[in-house]
Amino acid sequence: MDFKTFYNEVVTDHNMHPLHKHPIEDPDIEMEGVNPSCGDEITVQLKVKDGIISDASFIGDGCAISQASADIMIDMIMGKNVTEARHLAENFIKMIKGEATPDEIDELGEAGALSDISHMPARVKCAVLGWHTIDEIIKGMDK
Amino acid sequence: MTDTQIREKVKEYRKQFPLLTQDLAYLDNAATTQKPLGVLDAVRDYYEKDNANPFRGVYDLSERATEAYENARAGVAAFINAGAPENIIFVRNASEALNLLAYSWCEDNISEGDEIVVSVMEHHSDFLPWKYMADKKKARLVKLEPDETGYISDEALDKCLSEKTKIVALTQVSNVLGRVNDIKHITGKVHSCGALISVDGAQSVPHMKVDVRDLDCDFLSFSGHKMFGPMGIGVLYGKSEHLEKMKPFMYGGEMIQTVHWDRVTYAEVPHKFEAGTVNVGGAVGLAAAIGFINEVGWDIIEAQEEILTKRAIDGIKAMNKIRIIGSRDAFDHKGIVTFCVEDVHPHDVADILGRAGVCVRAGHHCAQPLMDFLGVKSTCRASFAFYNTEEEVDRFLEELSKVRGLLGYGF
Ligand SMILES: Cc1ncc(COP(=O)(O)O)c(C=O)c1O
Repeated sequence: MDFKTFYNEVVTDHNMHPLHKHPIEDPDIEMEGVNPSCGDEITVQLKVKDGIISDASFIGDGCAISQASADIMIDMIMGKNVTEARHLAENFIKMIKGEATPDEIDELGEAGALSDISHMPARVKCAVLGWHTIDEIIKGMDK
Repeated sequence: MTDTQIREKVKEYRKQFPLLTQDLAYLDNAATTQKPLGVLDAVRDYYEKDNANPFRGVYDLSERATEAYENARAGVAAFINAGAPENIIFVRNASEALNLLAYSWCEDNISEGDEIVVSVMEHHSDFLPWKYMADKKKARLVKLEPDETGYISDEALDKCLSEKTKIVALTQVSNVLGRVNDIKHITGKVHSCGALISVDGAQSVPHMKVDVRDLDCDFLSFSGHKMFGPMGIGVLYGKSEHLEKMKPFMYGGEMIQTVHWDRVTYAEVPHKFEAGTVNVGGAVGLAAAIGFINEVGWDIIEAQEEILTKRAIDGIKAMNKIRIIGSRDAFDHKGIVTFCVEDVHPHDVADILGRAGVCVRAGHHCAQPLMDFLGVKSTCRASFAFYNTEEEVDRFLEELSKVRGLLGYGF
């Protein structure tokens, strides 16, 4: 696969200049995600009011793919209700597994820039690290 | 031999590796090596001509299989100068050798309050089994620390040794730092305080002459697949006085003398440690790999690996914003060059190099305690076999020099 489609501008931009990589004050929920193949850890923090994600961020270091993916994810879930956020996470994980329809990828907006990773088994865990964590958080809220 | 002569010889031997005709610079030899035709043919020959379940049949074919297996054992024993074939136990890999040893030896020799010394540079395979047994036996795991270049000083060792020390687990060559530990010297010190030493030879046996009787180590573990042999075959060497006393690690067929409902006696060493049908094809392949190494000779292997290592390290030193992990001196790296590119995660480095056909490893290299000790999360590693060429090193350096730019950083 061509280098450009993979480390594209969307990815390098979010990696070098992340908008949401900082701790937030008094998060309601936070959860750590670990990528066992490289040992990278990120923590996702959320503030949730009446089912709406009013603030969100991530902290922790990782590769360009996991950092960009997490940053894009936070961008997309901010202001959404948790059901919508969960839906996006499921779509994203589907896309990385190569199982999403074009419409579902469309719904993912900027995160669609990571779709080529489905051809790179070694990087799949990097791409889904943040999304998987948010999925786990929301699953936990159901209980 | 001059460098030109070495180059010529390497070119000839390289032709024996079918996989190396692909357009790749394969620089992940510490993970596993490619296989020469002699090894592939030996395995195939065995299955075509001599395959039967060894030890079990009285017919000629089974005896041939037994002979192939036992000849391989004798070949391994000669290769590391073990006293006798019985000192060689065949296992799947270094990890299994170390687990067998830790489980079986610690069971009867470690009790509450004893100390097991493990260096911080060990591969997880030489750390977790000892940690598990130490916890189980309420013994203490003592951390042996080198300096940041990987050098273990006498003072550092002395601090760890005491009358409570029962065994020391140490690698001969670190799979991250590439530094060769002075096992002979360290073994002397360990023995003089009454303890044993287990040496992890996974990264040394493929790259240098290892003589267990000269080193006087009590145990040595290594994997066939890192030394041109097949996957699924490895070795635990042990001194007879220890092996005789150790209990089996796995129970089952072929490791017994007699079995009755209420009375069992076990087979002699080494068979009491080799339960079930063994990997004859793997053992035969490993013996062929040893034959290949002997044919090439350590002089060529070591000289070529030194040329490659020095070229890589000199090249990296000439670049900005790339840091070599461990000693700055190429002479201290046994074919292993580990590095970090500033601002760029090792996974991205390896991915970018991989797209350009250069195979290097990224991650914690199964040595997370060492990563913690060095204060890095993960690193990249290029590791050489003698069949690599200077052109491949240059290709690696060329692609490495582009990495920061491709991710949008300056140089
Ligand atoms: C120093 C060291 N010890 C042990 C091992 C484990 O080898 P294996 O995976 O073949 O069991 C390795 C290889 O990965 C190693 O480099």
